Amino acid sequence: MHITKETLDAQAKELLEQLKDKTLSPRDRAQIPLQEMPTQAPEIRVGNMEEVALGYTDNQVRLEAMRCLQCKNQPCIAGCPVSIDIPAFIAEAAKGDYGKSVEIIKKSSLLPSICGRVCPQEAQCQKFCTVGKMNKDVEQSVSIGRIERYVADYAREHDLEKVPPIKPESGRKVAVVGSGPASISAAADLRREGHTVVMFEALHKAGGVLVYGIPEFRLPKKIVEHELQNLKDMGVEIRPNYLVGKTRKITDLMERDGFDSVFVGSGAGLPRFLGIEGENYVGVFSANEYLTRSNLMKAYAVGKAQTPLYQSEKVAVFGGGNVAMDAARTAKRLGAEEVVVVYRRTEVEMPARREEVNHAKEEGIKFLFLHTPLKITANEKGRVNGVELITCELGEPDASGRRRPVEISGTEKVYDFDTAIIAIGNDSNPLIKATTDGIEVNRRGNFIVNEETCKTTLKGVYAGGDIVLGAATVILAMGQGRKAAKAMNAYLKDLA
Amino acid sequence: MNKILAKQQLSKEVFRMEIEAPEIAEARNPGQFIILQMGGDFGERIPLTIANADLEKGSITLIFQAVGETTHRLALLEPGDAIDNLLGPLGKPTDIKKYGKVVCVGGGIGVAPLFPIVEGMKKAGNEVTVIMGARTKDLLIMEEEMRATADDVIVVTDDGSYGRKALVTVPLKELCEEDKPDCVVIIGPPVMMKFAALTTKPYGIHTIVSLNTIMIDGTGMCGGCRVTIGGETKFVCVDGPEFDGHLVDWDNMLLRLGTYKSEEAEAHHRCHIGLHIKEGEA
Ligand SMILES: Cc1cc2nc3c(=O)[nH]c(=O)nc-3n(C[C@H](O)[C@H](O)[C@H](O)COP(=O)(O)OP(=O)(O)OC[C@H]3O[C@@H](n4cnc5c(N)ncnc54)[C@H](O)[C@@H]3O)c2cc1C
Ligand SMILES: Cc1cc2nc3c(=O)[nH]c(=O)nc-3n(C[C@H](O)[C@H](O)[C@H](O)COP(=O)(O)OP(=O)(O)OC[C@H]3O[C@@H](n4cnc5c(N)ncnc54)[C@H](O)[C@@H]3O)c2cc1C
Ligand code: SF4
Ligand code: FES
Repeated sequence: MHITKETLDAQAKELLEQLKDKTLSPRDRAQIPLQEMPTQAPEIRVGNMEEVALGYTDNQVRLEAMRCLQCKNQPCIAGCPVSIDIPAFIAEAAKGDYGKSVEIIKKSSLLPSICGRVCPQEAQCQKFCTVGKMNKDVEQSVSIGRIERYVADYAREHDLEKVPPIKPESGRKVAVVGSGPASISAAADLRREGHTVVMFEALHKAGGVLVYGIPEFRLPKKIVEHELQNLKDMGVEIRPNYLVGKTRKITDLMERDGFDSVFVGSGAGLPRFLGIEGENYVGVFSANEYLTRSNLMKAYAVGKAQTPLYQSEKVAVFGGGNVAMDAARTAKRLGAEEVVVVYRRTEVEMPARREEVNHAKEEGIKFLFLHTPLKITANEKGRVNGVELITCELGEPDASGRRRPVEISGTEKVYDFDTAIIAIGNDSNPLIKATTDGIEVNRRGNFIVNEETCKTTLKGVYAGGDIVLGAATVILAMGQGRKAAKAMNAYLKDLA
Repeated sequence: MNKILAKQQLSKEVFRMEIEAPEIAEARNPGQFIILQMGGDFGERIPLTIANADLEKGSITLIFQAVGETTHRLALLEPGDAIDNLLGPLGKPTDIKKYGKVVCVGGGIGVAPLFPIVEGMKKAGNEVTVIMGARTKDLLIMEEEMRATADDVIVVTDDGSYGRKALVTVPLKELCEEDKPDCVVIIGPPVMMKFAALTTKPYGIHTIVSLNTIMIDGTGMCGGCRVTIGGETKFVCVDGPEFDGHLVDWDNMLLRLGTYKSEEAEAHHRCHIGLHIKEGEA
């Protein structure tokens, strides 16, 4: 049952009154009910592109913050890829000092409004939270991400953010390739040291996957724009429509344009296909294409946008990660009657965030587990009219530790679909490697870097984010961007 | 923002524009293209071939046919106006080298992107014959430039209003029979490229075609431009746009080009209303 934001707030308010002047034992705290995230009602939100999660109310965030035990051993911090001082920021949130709370987060993470929304907390900080352990359920852990989101939104909306101090101009010039989270954080840390920073982005809009991939209903684009505006306010120059490797090579940037150092955050933008028959029929899309049309090109604004959309009734989405969830939920919003996520393992192994899967289910997305596609069929006009699937069972664990899906022969069956979206992952973009001598990559095409410094095999060139890690996460990309910037700042200082 | 320096109407539907873009002008080679986007958040990204570049002026030349919403809007811009977003040069350059005898076949608007290749092939020391075709005389473009550059130019029109009344495949076949070329380059409407490539196939002539699929990013990120080449999937924007014409799965490419036919017809209709262009004229 969907509960409205008003009801959730009223419940929180009442409980907060009761607890106000009491001294609470850890047990009392752990028993405060988890504050549910208010959302748009499913039947409403499938008809719009607006954000699904509405954010806590003031009463809710205070109550949720009270659930934190302020553990001495701080297991949550160990689970955070960038070691945010979680108990400290939660303590400030509990007091209602949201500005101070954000300041604590910003020491470690530059993009709390974004990370609070998209981080897989249940696999990071919240996985280790003592409250979850006491309740024997990770889903009962303190909602660290939701508190983070609240305080970050509050600071942004109330102009509490401070433009970080920038050192006097150093006379050094740095190029940042790409404008995703790795590049945004690298650019900020480089600029703070007083270097001239120019960010080159291939697309006409900056933001990377945050803009072209992750849909508006999960991450409003105005939040990403705000972060990019912060960079501009710091004096970072953003140059869209610039494909490094084609418009200019990295070596030209360094030898001819006077850049002393380069950070590459070009992401994992090469969609993988299945390699099955019929994959190039009309109506088969990579998730990247499907999502880019809708998000970057705004094709969902039918009548306004010039980029057209494919009209679908029955959509099959292959894959089980966040990308698959985003594609499926987008298809639903774009008018498809039936959307089925086809995943070759079971629900337990699905890499998508729990919350996204739950939201997808509430929105009527269907799931077909233990199935994998063999072939896509089409009508005489070459338009998709079906997908042949085969049933799988789980066998021995593979290299990732998850049990390998094994096809059961004789279980092939053709299902009716008019659209197929392939969301089985992305590889790194090969363009820079192909146009730059001296940069070494591994078997999967990821840049090889020094773990401590993110330095590539080419002098003065550093890299981070998905181009190094393979398709990973926003927080890891951000972490690497900062690590690289630190090493680059040291490198530039030594250049003298 | 890239400023439009000059504009010229070449035929009823075809325009030439010179646009300020010093970095692209410097980096580009024959066969490469740009992607442009205009009109704020809601504009479409469309690919156009770089027909020429002027290093001194720091400009590139585009030649385009007004066929749909974005190309119509572009045609309405004047010198002094600017294009919001221009990305390039994209794709791989044409494999220009000394082959010996080269025949360059251009159909309709395809004559424009063919021109820098004709120039390049000539410079590389080839003997170049151009076959250029159009539906009718009014749609023929760049004949003068071609005559000034190539060794020989054969003009054909579908309706016989100018030059020979024939499809480009007719003189192409004659040349294959009488004076077999070492390389054939074909650029034009997909159906024309399909049949021209079929024409050279029995003679085993190295045949290059330039594919004009639907694109979005042009950087290899979406796969929307993919085609089947010799049984393998390739991305036109990064692996192409030029491929061996004998390996292209033309039927699949033609079907994919029609992906949004119904949606675009509607938009085209809307833009005719908005832009006051009479139905039937482009
Ligand atoms: C649909 C989708 C949903 C996701 N959901 C989540 C989620 O919920 N939580 C999470 O943590 N992670 C999620 N991810 C993963 C996360 O978005 C990425 O790990 C992260 O964005 C990587 O950041 P990055 O800075 O390395 O690169 P990207 O964000 O990929 O940005 C790279 C940028 O570089 C540009 N570029 C590439 N080559 C060049 C060049 N040669 N010259 C100039 N510019 C260039 C690209 O156009 C792009 O804008 C999702 C990914 C996708 C696709
Ligand atoms: C690499 C490349 C280079 C190109 N170079 C040139 C050029 O130099 N000059 C030029 O005039 N055109 C060129 N094109 C084609 C040009 O991109 C399309 O005409 C343009 O995208 C149409 O946009 P629109 O919004 O005006 O029309 P839309 O409303 O998008 O389409 C109008 C009509 O054109 C058809 N169409 C759409 N996209 C294409 C396409 N890519 N190719 C053929 N037909 C299409 C549609 O099916 C529809 O019937 C090139 C295409 C590619 C891929
Ligand atoms: S583990 Fe949980 S309860 Fe303990 S400090 Fe971290 S968030 Fe608070
Ligand atoms: S246009 Fe997107 S991959 Fe070619």
